[in-house]
Amino acid sequence: MKIVACIKQVPDSAAKVVFEDGRVSWGDAPLVINPWDEYSVEAALQAKETHGGTVTVISLGGENDKEAIKHALAMGADDAILISDPALRGLDTQSIARVLATAIQKVGEVDLAFFGRQAIDSDSGVTASQTARVLGWPALTLAAVVSVEGNSINVERSIEEGRQSVSANLPAVVSLVKDFGEPRYPSFMGIRKAARAEVPTWSLSDLGMEAPASVISWPEVMNPPSREVVCEMITGDSPEAIASTLVEKILSEKVI
Amino acid sequence: MKTWVYIDHLKGQVLPSSWEALGVAKSFGSASALIFGENVQELANAAFEFGADEVLLVDDPKLGDYRAEPYATCLSNLAKNESPEAIFLPTTTRGREIAAMAAIDLKTGVMVDVIAIDLQGDRLVVTRPIYAGKLLTKETCSTTPAIVTLRGRAFPKPTPQPGKTGSVKKSSLSLDPAEIKSEVKGYSKGEGGVSLIDAGIIVSGGRGVSNNPNLTPPAELDEKQAEIWRAQQGFELVVNLASVLGAAVGASRAAVDAGYIPYAHQVGQTGKVVSPDLYIANGISGAIQHMAGMRTSKVIVAINKDPDAPIFKIARYGVVGDLFQILPALTNAFKERLGK
Repeated sequence: MKIVACIKQVPDSAAKVVFEDGRVSWGDAPLVINPWDEYSVEAALQAKETHGGTVTVISLGGENDKEAIKHALAMGADDAILISDPALRGLDTQSIARVLATAIQKVGEVDLAFFGRQAIDSDSGVTASQTARVLGWPALTLAAVVSVEGNSINVERSIEEGRQSVSANLPAVVSLVKDFGEPRYPSFMGIRKAARAEVPTWSLSDLGMEAPASVISWPEVMNPPSREVVCEMITGDSPEAIASTLVEKILSEKVI
Repeated sequence: MKTWVYIDHLKGQVLPSSWEALGVAKSFGSASALIFGENVQELANAAFEFGADEVLLVDDPKLGDYRAEPYATCLSNLAKNESPEAIFLPTTTRGREIAAMAAIDLKTGVMVDVIAIDLQGDRLVVTRPIYAGKLLTKETCSTTPAIVTLRGRAFPKPTPQPGKTGSVKKSSLSLDPAEIKSEVKGYSKGEGGVSLIDAGIIVSGGRGVSNNPNLTPPAELDEKQAEIWRAQQGFELVVNLASVLGAAVGASRAAVDAGYIPYAHQVGQTGKVVSPDLYIANGISGAIQHMAGMRTSKVIVAINKDPDAPIFKIARYGVVGDLFQILPALTNAFKERLGK
């Protein structure tokens, strides 16, 4: 079985992100694999462990953006491809989906492509669905449980109302939610292997395509308005006295 | 501007943010509500009452079980014929993926989880949070239709106008069944209760809820089990207050990762981003990743034993103290005051 996990490199979720001097800055926070994409790699590795085959990681980013890829390789992925090209800067989601779909086709004979639910930088959460649409494959998004049998896949999707159980034939795109289960830590051997791994870079011409035209633009990025609050500390002689004062304060805000 | 709104429902149960989206669409001119499904004609009445001028109905047994592919095809085919200028959807599980797929079909852009929207010339310019709200970005789309999903509770729900009606335009679904690539095997219900995304009030618990020194866990539990047992007792206090207030129950990542409460309750950058009128944080110190998910709440109340906890920096009211005493007292005080 040929399995792909699509991943992205992002600033750590604990980073303080600000817009300054005309650019987005995350200080000295590390760049890491998008936390959601760890589930994508985990699901890919589990599918391989059950059914055999290979796990290829695909990431789109700058030519030095290899931290996320190294992490996925250290977790146990067999190989990785970095898609990098100056013409890919500032692409919108539908363009990225077209590039990823082309790369998945170039890898060839892929049975399953896993994605995290969204990237914690752009927060769009549409790449799995859009890539599936370009490929013409079913998109089984927000899966909490995944099982593959023969040529078919069954997932339990996490939806507002609970769970929806859906099956489809392969090839398919699957995106994962946290309920899938904790992703494994990289092993010591894995980290050594990842450090030595050669990661090929594919440009757009390697993919045989022009940069897809972006239709979305971002005229302005802003820091959110600062929250001008002075915290009023509620004190009292007893928990009951504190509670009673707090209740009146909250009711005076007219939010209940 | 010719605008469409996708009414998101599962088997006829509409998610309320659909009506908020309808209100937004109306503010730009006439709005048509899109209702897809099987035996869903009744939903048209609600759509008219919430302001729709027209309903585009596709009622077909093939749409009885929701799947993104046929629903997106349905939307794309209608849009190819009718050329709306903007299509609004609520940012729900289904809204997001239908929007994503239709954007591919229609060779246009999708702008997701929008919290503000402006018309500049004949173009929509939207504002949406990125980095879980640590930054905001403006976005605009150079092609039509602009496909926009709207964050729940970011826009007001229109006041219903009882008895208002309009015309229902029925279309048939031109779809080869072979194009439907997946099959629904069944559903299981969630825990129920108030959904975090739609909640006006959220009561949350963090790691601090497991620290009640006055509890003695059953002797047969090992250390980890005892910690979770303590935490569950602590969360019961959170749940009690939530039920008095008709609130949803939230949690920090630390509490979820420690196994105290299921992930569905997690608020933060890797959980749900929420914006209720009232957020009561109990035993939550205020990690950046948690505050990114709730900092736009209207009124934040924090109860924590550490006076230096960062959560107090964004809170309107704070209590430094023992939440195991204060929380039950607060629940009782609300019960009395609200006459429950």
